[in-house]
Amino acid sequence: MLVSKDLDMFRYFVRRVLQGVLTFFGATFIVYALMFANQDDPLQALAGERPLPENVRQALTERYHLDDPFILQYGHYMRGLLTGDFGISLTNRPISEMMQQAWPVTIRLAVFAIIISALVAVTAGIVSGIRRGGIFDTTTLIITLVLLSLPIVVLAPLAQLLFGVQLHWFPATAGAEPGFYQLILPAVVLSCLVIATQIRVTRASVAENLRSDYVRTARAKGLANRRVIGVHVLRNSLIPVVTLIGVDLGNLMAGAIVTEGVFNIPGVGFNLFRGIRTEDGPLVVGFVSILVIVFLVVNLVVDLLYAVLDPRIRYE
Amino acid sequence: MTDIKAEIDVLPGLDSSARLLEVEGLHVEFRTQVGIARAINGVDLHLDPGETLAILGESGCGKSVTAQAIMGILDTPPGFVTGGAIRYRGVDLLKLPEEQRRRVRANHVAMIFQDALSALNPVFPVGWQIAELFRVHRGMSRQDARKRSIELLDLVKIPAARQRINDYPHQFSGGMRQRVMIAMALALDPKVLIADEPTTALDVTVQAQIMNLLAELRRERNMGLILITHDMGVVADVADRISVMYAGKVVEEAPVLDIYARPAHPYTKALLESIPRLDLKGQQLNVIKGLPPNLTRIPAGCPFHPRCAYARDVCRADPSPPQYEVDPARTARCHFWTEVVGDEPAVK
Repeated sequence: MLVSKDLDMFRYFVRRVLQGVLTFFGATFIVYALMFANQDDPLQALAGERPLPENVRQALTERYHLDDPFILQYGHYMRGLLTGDFGISLTNRPISEMMQQAWPVTIRLAVFAIIISALVAVTAGIVSGIRRGGIFDTTTLIITLVLLSLPIVVLAPLAQLLFGVQLHWFPATAGAEPGFYQLILPAVVLSCLVIATQIRVTRASVAENLRSDYVRTARAKGLANRRVIGVHVLRNSLIPVVTLIGVDLGNLMAGAIVTEGVFNIPGVGFNLFRGIRTEDGPLVVGFVSILVIVFLVVNLVVDLLYAVLDPRIRYE
Repeated sequence: MTDIKAEIDVLPGLDSSARLLEVEGLHVEFRTQVGIARAINGVDLHLDPGETLAILGESGCGKSVTAQAIMGILDTPPGFVTGGAIRYRGVDLLKLPEEQRRRVRANHVAMIFQDALSALNPVFPVGWQIAELFRVHRGMSRQDARKRSIELLDLVKIPAARQRINDYPHQFSGGMRQRVMIAMALALDPKVLIADEPTTALDVTVQAQIMNLLAELRRERNMGLILITHDMGVVADVADRISVMYAGKVVEEAPVLDIYARPAHPYTKALLESIPRLDLKGQQLNVIKGLPPNLTRIPAGCPFHPRCAYARDVCRADPSPPQYEVDPARTARCHFWTEVVGDEPAVK
């Protein structure tokens, strides 16, 4: 029984990894094509307003294979990518070096935001799930409504203005080597992106589980209310929440593009934003490729975690 | 083990000479948005060690609510106990502080439910769910609690208990799951076991096995068993006494043989006549016409009068019929019980 379940799990894992490889190539191809289609004259964009000398233009064109047909360019790029060479940005910096700087910052920011949102959402969700219709529940409902309706492009500058510029509680921008303190405000802003949904899902899940028969059984077993909720209800309620948190990691990466821009944090989003503006193909595709891998891995981990949390799930 | 139990079991005012369980004038209402549903309107029950009391009635007659009130697991709100007493060995459970009331559950009075699949927690192994009782109530170590769980699974005759202890509820068949429920209920050696429709979700052959198991365990442990059911066929073999409930009241209470031979309440009589019988094959089945009353608007007088063939003017007006003593061991809430008892029963 156990062996066959493990084998099923292994088969599932292999299949998911193979699917992931396909997704990876598909996604990079699409991003590459989009950047290619978007390209007007990347070399001129690089030079800005100044005219570009013909010999420089020629040298750069050759270096970035800009004269080759699209599919050849993609081939060149993928060959480099698969051998671990991300190439050189149009600003003449090795992209792998830029990644080494950017990724740790963004990961720190995203993980920080995830922790904040999970802690707040699970706590608030449980409390409002237990006391539905109470003052806390109603207040939370209103706050989540406000958060849901505020896009991060509004929220981020607003928070910066209020808490950074006017109240001076936090630094208004984070700068090149942001520490824990500098990241608090951006992380809170970022977590607002996902916190509302997480609260709602936790609340609904807790409310639903509280009505289930096994809760009545747990009470009939003479367990204290604390244990009924903290062990029996919580363990069941968290199953959908964990999945959501995994999916949210993707949302946070997207949200980081705006947040990092506003708070001047030199992370992935910051680089991507600049790359898109300057039509820097290698830079954008390189970062997006890694983003795709992060998505794939996180999704796979969440799906596998699902089986650990819910024993009824079997992989076939 | 018994020492620890004796120590924990001490309840203030516990009197071993008092009746095992006695419910007196119990009232429960549900305060809902559409009004107050009076689910229980003065229920009296009693139970002695080693005895099986069957509570019989249609859905919504209040039999499960009575059980939940005895256990103290009513959903409050909307459910509220508004009157009466539930005495366990002389201790009124309704007056106990919550902490002591909690200890009564599982230790003294335990309960099993209809659908064991939803009544067991889906994300914990069955062994863990049984062991939890020993760890919480007895402070046992994980290993000791696990050992006791295996013993209990053996007791309820689950094959290969040692291997199955780590399985999850969904990996068991319906009958085996109900056995797990029973094992869990018996873990702390309660004196009263309430079984709320324990076999309704099961196949007929499995039903018999579970009923036999319950009867056997009750005998061995000299427990009082309250069996809640809507199936008159199930109770005939196992029950000693039957309480028939209708609209939140016990309308008839009698030893099992008497009730089958000569029902004293029109409702009981109608229930008996609605059992399909092989010797009456091909004839129209007698069903009880109409529906049980809406509990937010229980009719005046006898709540059964709109569906009753014996009903007369006196039945339609308050007060509702009192408990008439049919003989020293049985009661009926019907003004015309003499007529009902005298009538040729069931078969026509």
